[in-house]
Amino acid sequence: MREGLTWTVYDADALTLAEVYGEVLCQLGERYLNIVGLSADLAKSTKISKFGDKFPERFFNVGIAEQNMFGIAAGLAKSGLIPFVSTMAAFISMRAAEQVRTDICYQNLNVKIIATHAGTAFGQAGSTHHCTEDLAIMRSFANMTVVVPADGIETGNVVAASVEHPGPVYIRIGRGFEPTFYENADYGFQIGKSVEVKEGADITLICCGITVRQAVEAAKLLQEQDGLSVRVLNMHTIKPLDEDAVLRAIEETRRIITFEDHNIYCGLGSAVADVIAASGKGCAFSKVGIPDCYSLVGYPEDLYSHYKLDTDGIIEKAREVMGKEFEEDEDWEDEI
Amino acid sequence: MPITDQEIKELEEKAHQVRKDIIDITGWAGGAHVGGALSVVEILVILYFKYLNIEPNNPELENRDRVVLSKGHAGVCHAAILARKGYFDFELLREFNHFKSSFGMHLDSLKVKGVDVSTGSLGHGLPISVGLALGARVQKKSWLTYCVLGDGECNEGSNWEAAMSAHHFKVTNMVTFVDRNKLMIDGPTEEIMGLEPFADKWKAFGWLVREINGHSFQEIAEAIEYARSENSAPVMIIANTVKGKGVDFMENEVKWHYGGLDTDLIEKAKQSIDRMYKG
Ligand SMILES: Cc1ncc(C[n+]2csc(CCOP(=O)(O)OP(=O)(O)O)c2C)c(N)n1
Repeated sequence: MREGLTWTVYDADALTLAEVYGEVLCQLGERYLNIVGLSADLAKSTKISKFGDKFPERFFNVGIAEQNMFGIAAGLAKSGLIPFVSTMAAFISMRAAEQVRTDICYQNLNVKIIATHAGTAFGQAGSTHHCTEDLAIMRSFANMTVVVPADGIETGNVVAASVEHPGPVYIRIGRGFEPTFYENADYGFQIGKSVEVKEGADITLICCGITVRQAVEAAKLLQEQDGLSVRVLNMHTIKPLDEDAVLRAIEETRRIITFEDHNIYCGLGSAVADVIAASGKGCAFSKVGIPDCYSLVGYPEDLYSHYKLDTDGIIEKAREVMGKEFEEDEDWEDEI
Repeated sequence: MPITDQEIKELEEKAHQVRKDIIDITGWAGGAHVGGALSVVEILVILYFKYLNIEPNNPELENRDRVVLSKGHAGVCHAAILARKGYFDFELLREFNHFKSSFGMHLDSLKVKGVDVSTGSLGHGLPISVGLALGARVQKKSWLTYCVLGDGECNEGSNWEAAMSAHHFKVTNMVTFVDRNKLMIDGPTEEIMGLEPFADKWKAFGWLVREINGHSFQEIAEAIEYARSENSAPVMIIANTVKGKGVDFMENEVKWHYGGLDTDLIEKAKQSIDRMYKG
């Protein structure tokens, strides 16, 4: 499906995640004449304006009116088009929550949502513009697929994959300036299938979004400094969750930590915890994210460091969990 | 005579100071919503330095007038005025936007003294203001609620739901402004999502409308006095303004909705502001 798409040739380091998706969407727009774009006075900030500039007759800037925008998107989808809708995560998942749930998810409409400035990516703007609740909200909407790409390359992959993925898809990205993690797009990206970005047998770090790159860095240092064999999973799809990968991590490493730029409640960590609990197996476990508070103000790098989502924080948490006890159980088969 | 020449002169001095403060804070912050902060200066200055019944050393004063800056992204302007009014030390604003600072781009009512309501997500301020005004009425309090909206913000349907309820509940202990600078983020309001005929829309919702020059203290004062004395319906003051007012390279420029300033630009901006007050 990705054949002919050329986003990997863009200098992904120089382009923000959003810019990459803007480019990818332009390419997709040429192939799929039924793609339409929408934004709410944030066309430029979200970069969906790239699509709008190229296909002005297929693009609608509805002004600052997110609820109206998702209603319109629902109508466009009902008429047979594939709307890609983009604005800031906070104003999608909270302001327009009911339109997304009742107009789009309830009717299982083919609307692709690209939520920017998610988590604490717009750290200086304060809590009105942070969004550490969206994974919780979007996970709870039946029919919704929820994806958090690790970098610009993966954002391109998700956007491309979402066109052929029926039903609503929520794609969560940051503000932009994060460095890329992947070198090219050919690592077998598939919605719903996590990527083992580093092998390991002692502990598994399950990550999404910006924490993937940091965790791989941390894993290398833990190997050097502590002789630890650390597995890192890029759990880009939060829903449907790749339960098999989590079960393998429980069985093979017996220690798991999740890292996400989201409230520790009801996001990636909680999704993984559900699988651990249902497995019936003892497993040392910890969730790292924003500890159920409104985040501090500051540049994202400072916030990631404060909330233990950067390399140093991940190392600290991994050492903590290596010291945790769990119940040994040799008979694996009886409970899984 | 709602306002004397002497008062206007003093308010102009405050506005001059606040405009330069906005430039300084934008520099310290590494970026701010500078255009919409500069357009709303006169509205906020006249409220804080002439009309509001407030005590900066007693920010929780029960009978204080309430201010809801619904276009919360103009927090740099609000913060400068609160500091100049004495709510906190101006020097604290050097930390604006910095790690662990109390001051983020959109002011937090639990962290910043003098801020009555946390705003920043557009379309929330008018409903909250209607609630505050009804709250005053129910409790037989004499304080007033002042609400300031952006024009692009008026795209949000919640404003019109609030407009309907303000009329329905005959809310007249509230003074509402729209900072009609005619620009939003992606372009001019009339290109992105047309608002005109704007005054007629408010009138159709049962409001009384005054259209004024939002940079004239004389006209703002007259409009406020009118709104305060009018008891038959809610009043909307459409304040025609210039986004980026005072800084020549920012005036009416869409791209200066949000931006950062290096020392060179800070200097140029301040010189332009000084020229505005000389002429
Ligand atoms: C609900 C919501 N949607 C989007 C935004 C992002 N945003 C911040 S300022 C702005 C434009 C505001 O335009 P206007 O109200 O005209 O303000 P002004 O031009 O006076 O700065 C937008 C879209 C927001 N803060 N809240």
